[in-house]
Amino acid sequence: MTDIAPGLIPADARNAAREVRKRKLQAFLFVTPLLVFVIFAFVAPITTMLYRSIHNPTVANLIPDTLVALGDWSGEEIPDDTVLIQFAADMKRMANDRTSGQLADEINRALPGMSSVVKSTARSLRRVDDTEIATNGAALLIEANDRWADPATWSAVKAAGQAYSTSYYLTSVDLERGPDGNIVQRDTQIYVKLYTKTLRMALIITVLTILLGYPLAFYMAHASDSMANFLMVFVLLPFWTSLLVRTTAWIALLQTNGVVNSTLLAIGITDQPLELLYTQFSTILAMTHILLPFMVLPLYAVMRGIDQSYMRAAMSMGSKPLGAWYKIYLPMSLPGLSAGALLVFIISVGYYITPALVGGTDGQMISNIIAFHMQQSNNWELAAALGSLLLVLILVLYWLFDRFVGTDNIKLG
Amino acid sequence: MKKHLTLLAALALTASPLAAQDLTVTSFGGAYGAAQKEHMIDPFVAETGMNILFEDYGGGIAEMKAQVEAGNIQWDVVDVEVIDLERACSEGYLEIIDQSVLPAGDDGTPAAEDFIPDALANECGVGNIVWSIVFAYNTENGPGPQTIADFFDTEAFPGKRGLRKRPQVNMEWALIADGVAPEDVYEVLSTDEGQAQAFAKLDTIKEDIVWYDSWSQAPVLLNDGGAQMVQSANGRIFAAIQEGSPFAIGWDSHVYDLDVWAIMRGTPNMDAAMEFIKFATQTVPLSGMQDVAYGPTRASAQALLPESVKQDLPTAHLDKGLKADGIFWADFGESLGEKFNEWLLQ
Repeated sequence: MTDIAPGLIPADARNAAREVRKRKLQAFLFVTPLLVFVIFAFVAPITTMLYRSIHNPTVANLIPDTLVALGDWSGEEIPDDTVLIQFAADMKRMANDRTSGQLADEINRALPGMSSVVKSTARSLRRVDDTEIATNGAALLIEANDRWADPATWSAVKAAGQAYSTSYYLTSVDLERGPDGNIVQRDTQIYVKLYTKTLRMALIITVLTILLGYPLAFYMAHASDSMANFLMVFVLLPFWTSLLVRTTAWIALLQTNGVVNSTLLAIGITDQPLELLYTQFSTILAMTHILLPFMVLPLYAVMRGIDQSYMRAAMSMGSKPLGAWYKIYLPMSLPGLSAGALLVFIISVGYYITPALVGGTDGQMISNIIAFHMQQSNNWELAAALGSLLLVLILVLYWLFDRFVGTDNIKLG
Repeated sequence: MKKHLTLLAALALTASPLAAQDLTVTSFGGAYGAAQKEHMIDPFVAETGMNILFEDYGGGIAEMKAQVEAGNIQWDVVDVEVIDLERACSEGYLEIIDQSVLPAGDDGTPAAEDFIPDALANECGVGNIVWSIVFAYNTENGPGPQTIADFFDTEAFPGKRGLRKRPQVNMEWALIADGVAPEDVYEVLSTDEGQAQAFAKLDTIKEDIVWYDSWSQAPVLLNDGGAQMVQSANGRIFAAIQEGSPFAIGWDSHVYDLDVWAIMRGTPNMDAAMEFIKFATQTVPLSGMQDVAYGPTRASAQALLPESVKQDLPTAHLDKGLKADGIFWADFGESLGEKFNEWLLQ
């Protein structure tokens, strides 16, 4: 009863509290559809992705008994016969269930070349008698392929058998666990390079959209209404055009005998067609064009609200136009600039279609390799780890942005 | 109001293409898909009265994996490249097909003898076409390369080379151009030294390579001058030549592969799917694939083709070619894919 304001009788307080609860419930009901949508379309998939990047139970489910038997294996020489016999029995079962390919895929990731070894071994054990396997399984296994006599093979089986593992994250940063358990560099160095390159390209694109978008938004915000509307159509028209159409248009412009090259040849600037398409240059060019509206629109919305009289006041007190812009206008337009820069940067970090179509060799970004692992190599766990890392990277950058610029300074209009 | 809703729902149900579907068949679309529709799908529909939804996909086993893992099978029959078949079958995404029920050829040869051996090599699929990855050049730029060694010889044959951005075929060609005998290619390529040798050979033309992503880009590159010579699926170049483009195909060291019809594991329409495959792999439907320059997988279908057409099909050049090794690529596809991307970034 202590939290009741003096002079209020308890019944009123209860009524008031009930009224508040009712309002809250109503408000909640209004956002329920959105909440359900967000949970299903956003939270659930991202959680699944995060989980998948550390959890891969395929091998643990396929050969649980072998993994138990492998538990106290020293790792130095071939495991003893009980392990081999158990594994031979598991292989026979998998050959008949047609799941040996799944095991093959997983072990092949640790040791390339093992896929065919696993599958051919499974095939050769498919029709062997159970009692024969129980007595002679170890010899049959090594007879089927002598790589089963190699301790390295069994290390790979044991490593693949861990349902929870950080190995996909290690791979994502070009590291792996060596035979002695230490973390070492992988032979193939690729993902760190791709992350750096992706961030660098996203940064270049963001800077370019600022350089192009800021003056345009400034002009539009302070031009007459009819002029501003006229220009706005030119900003929005490409925005409404399909992404694929815009990307393909760049292909038509930039290809060897495309519009740009024929013009350059015709007016004699070059005598050889330039190599414009399928380069990093074409990726940056096309993406800058495609993402420009995301910079112009928030900038324009914020700049429309800036009172020009501040600038005039500064200049009437003797400031040069550039100085007045820097001291007065820039800070006031910063919320729009921040919003635009964040939008463009984050969208371009995860961009896929445009680099895939016009990127060629050096226009590749991290999203393209994630697609490779999703569609071609079927290593969904690694794809999930790469994607999660990208998400973390963006969150860190957002945090840095918040530290130095402040998220209060973001405004979309 | 309620009555209206029921009516609407009823309308929606009858209008939905899913409601009346007997079979979903998935293939690669384009001119190839059109040929399959004309020679396999349409005649089958006419004969059985079944409704078929004919869909496109881009290859790979990711979509099959997703459907089987989720227990939500949407496709019944799929056209699968042999390079994917090995994995899809051994990982349990496809049904095993009883090859003994396949009908004999129109000339009476039993199916087991009528089909070329590769067509029935995997228990999950029945061969549909033989297709090939060849090199091609634009004849307007003077004499073009005749061998794979020429293709890698930038001094004798200067200019850009269009290659598909993936290790498959490029690695094989690099080794053959470097003097490795075609029959040893996959053995060499499974060693670290062999892979280094292939990348070293690719290095010699790296500056002159234009990379592309989909087969449709190859004839475009040749046509607009983006490349002097390209790697391409033979059917794409054939189609361009038919339309009057001045292209020529080099059959030296072409890498050929099969496409098969396969059935998704767990499909509720198993019987209809099997009926379709039996129908589509008969002599006459198979012989129709010559429209897009892909060779039929039955000897009896090959015999139906006019002599003038045979020379344009991979089946006439198998002695100069190399069979793509699905087992090798199941082993090394992922690790070479990573190394290839690393090499691209260097």
